[in-house]
Formats: sequence, structure tokens, C-alpha cells
Amino acid sequence: MIAVLALIAGVVLGVVLNPTVPDALQPYLPIAVVAALDAVFGGLRAKLDGIFDDKQFVISFISNVLVAAFIVYLGDKLGVGGQLSIGVVVVLGVRIFGNVAAIRRRLFKA
Amino acid sequence: MSDEKTQPIDPGQGDEPTVPVSSAPADTAAAGAPEPGDTGSDERPEPAAGASDDAVNDAPNDAPDGTAKRRLSGAGAVIGLLLVLLGFTLAVQLKSNSADEGYQSLREEDLYVILADLDSRAARLRQDIAELEANKRELASGASSREQILKEAQERADDLGILAGTLKAQGSGITLTFSDGAEPITAEHLVNAIQELRGAGAEAIQVDGTGGSVRVIASTHFVDAGGGGIEVDGVRLTGPYTVTAIGPEDLDKAMEFRGGVVDDVRGDGGNVIVSDPHPVDITTVRGTPNLEYAKPVS
Repeated sequence: MIAVLALIAGVVLGVVLNPTVPDALQPYLPIAVVAALDAVFGGLRAKLDGIFDDKQFVISFISNVLVAAFIVYLGDKLGVGGQLSIGVVVVLGVRIFGNVAAIRRRLFKA
Repeated sequence: MSDEKTQPIDPGQGDEPTVPVSSAPADTAAAGAPEPGDTGSDERPEPAAGASDDAVNDAPNDAPDGTAKRRLSGAGAVIGLLLVLLGFTLAVQLKSNSADEGYQSLREEDLYVILADLDSRAARLRQDIAELEANKRELASGASSREQILKEAQERADDLGILAGTLKAQGSGITLTFSDGAEPITAEHLVNAIQELRGAGAEAIQVDGTGGSVRVIASTHFVDAGGGGIEVDGVRLTGPYTVTAIGPEDLDKAMEFRGGVVDDVRGDGGNVIVSDPHPVDITTVRGTPNLEYAKPVS
């Protein structure tokens, strides 16, 4: 409940404040967002499974974001930034799908 | 030992289940997780492994107990903060992405195509500009040449008007004053004088006499009128006659050479006075000629 409220508050803040993304963060922000989404879905699934852990969630969230951003950064430095970010997005997307599938099974038994 | 041995047989069914039972949920949770968790492998196994003991404790505590809520407030705040951050970046990212028209997300080849498109469009537009400017120049020069043509036509009309006698004229010229001497001035004298003046380059000529004033043009004719005087284009004039002519500076010289107008008139017993060149006005005009038969060849 708190989580949903926090998410909504964040969206509202983002819409209201309407900041511009600094150029330096431009390539990393989308990946970081996807990584964070992955963590959130993982956490949701864990919650439904009744094995949710605060510390686990916080650490996985932060490390997901940082690792994703780092991989993109590394890719940029190596000259394969585009491909690497695609790779990261694919991996994270597959995981999100898996988590969502698990959530779905749990909620709808199907 | 024997007890233990004997007992395990009976409770062995009960005990062994009981011990595994406590770990079994963890196993099933851990085993159940990988099944969907093979996709979420990173995320899942850790919570499964790390949270298994917590989850066993938490899961029951979470919902009903106030102790869990107190525990939540610390970590929950961090989670809330992270989620606020996530929502914030999500919104910002969505907004900035929709704002930059998607060029950023396009591939290099597409960008090349777009760039080439823009280049060719710019070239086309530059060509258009050049064409339009050429047009503009043409029109401007057309307007000025139109003006020029009008001006020339006006000048031409003025010239023709002066020659045809429909316009007044002014300029440097002379006046010849003929008066009867021993013999009267005849039409022949005036005709000679007009011819000499024309030969010398006179451009506009007018004859004044007592009784009228006549502009001399191409069709002007002089007739000796019965009973004295001269009829010029039907207007009867009597002496003294004044012929005013606009022309070159040496008009007066042209009148005075040997065997010229002055000689001729004086030899016939008339009087003539030639003025020095001075600015003269020719004020008599004719109506616009109305040609009935002659048409211009076009």
C-alpha cells in the first residue's frame, strides 16, 4: 500500500516538477528505470510468495540500478553502448516477464 | 539407543516428517521459486534463500502484528523513498522521451536517411530561393525598364508634338523680322526663309504677323493674298512678319550668308532684321492632327 502510494507520489512529483534530464544521465536513466522496475516486480512476486524481505529488496533495487547503469557506461566506453543497453533491456525484460508470469499464476492460478 | 531405535520406527513416520516439514516449505519455496525463477534467476534465488528463514518468520508476522509494522517503518521508509525515486525518474524519462521527438531512439541508418532528406530539402529550398530572387530581380528591372520605356515614349511624344506643332516649345533661337521696304514681302520670301531655317536645323518655327500667328509645320503653305499680305495655312497675315525659330546656335549665320535669306529679301527691296540667338518661346500650337487615310505599318 505504502509502496503504491510512494510510486504515485513519485510520478506526481516528476510530472509537477518537470525537470529536464541532464545530458550526462541521458543514456543511463532509461536502463536504470527498467532495472528498478525489474526489482519492483521481483519484490512484488516475493511479497505474494510471502518471502518478501526489506533489506533484500532495497539492496537488489539499488544494485540492479547501479549494475545496469554501470554496464551501459562500460558499453559506452567500449563503443558498444547501444548493443549492451539492448542486451541489458532484453535481460531485464525477460526477468520482468518471468516475475509477472509468476505473479499472474499466483493471483489467477493460471 | 534401543529406545531411539524402537521409537524411530513409530514416530519415524511422525518425526521425520516434522523436521523436514519445517524445512520443506523452505525447500518448496526455494524449489517453487526457481520454476518461475529460472527467468528471474538473480532476483529470485536470493530472496528464496535469504528470505526463506525471514519469510518463515515474517510472513506470519507481517500481516497481523504491530511489531512488524514498527520494523517496517525503517526499511519501509527506504523502500518508499526508492519507489518515489523510481516513479519520479519514470515520469521524467517518459516526459523527456516524448519531448525529444524520438530522434535519440532512431538508428544510425535512419538518421542518415533523415539527414540526407533534410539536405536535399535544404538544397531544393536554396534553389527555390535563387529562382525567386532571380524572378524578383527580373520584375524589379522590368518595372524600371517599364519606367524607362514610358519615359522614352514620353520624350518621343514630346518631340513629335513639337514637330507636329501640338506642343509649345522653348529654347535658344532667333527671330527674323520682315517688313515691307520698296517692295512688299512676298510668300516666296517667307518660304525661302522657312526652308533656310529648316536647312540650318531649326526644330520649331512660328510666323507672327498683324492679324495672327501660325505655327509652321510640315503641311504649312504660304500664299500671297490678294490685296496685300500673306495667307499662311488659311490665316491672313500682314506685315511686318516675325518668324521665330528654335534651333542651333548658328541659325543667324545661316540667314546672313551671301545669297541667303537676308541677301535675297534685301535684293528684292524688302527689309529683314536677324536677331542674335537668344531664348525664345514658341507659344502657338495646333490641334492634334486627325489622319484619315494614312495608317502606320505595324
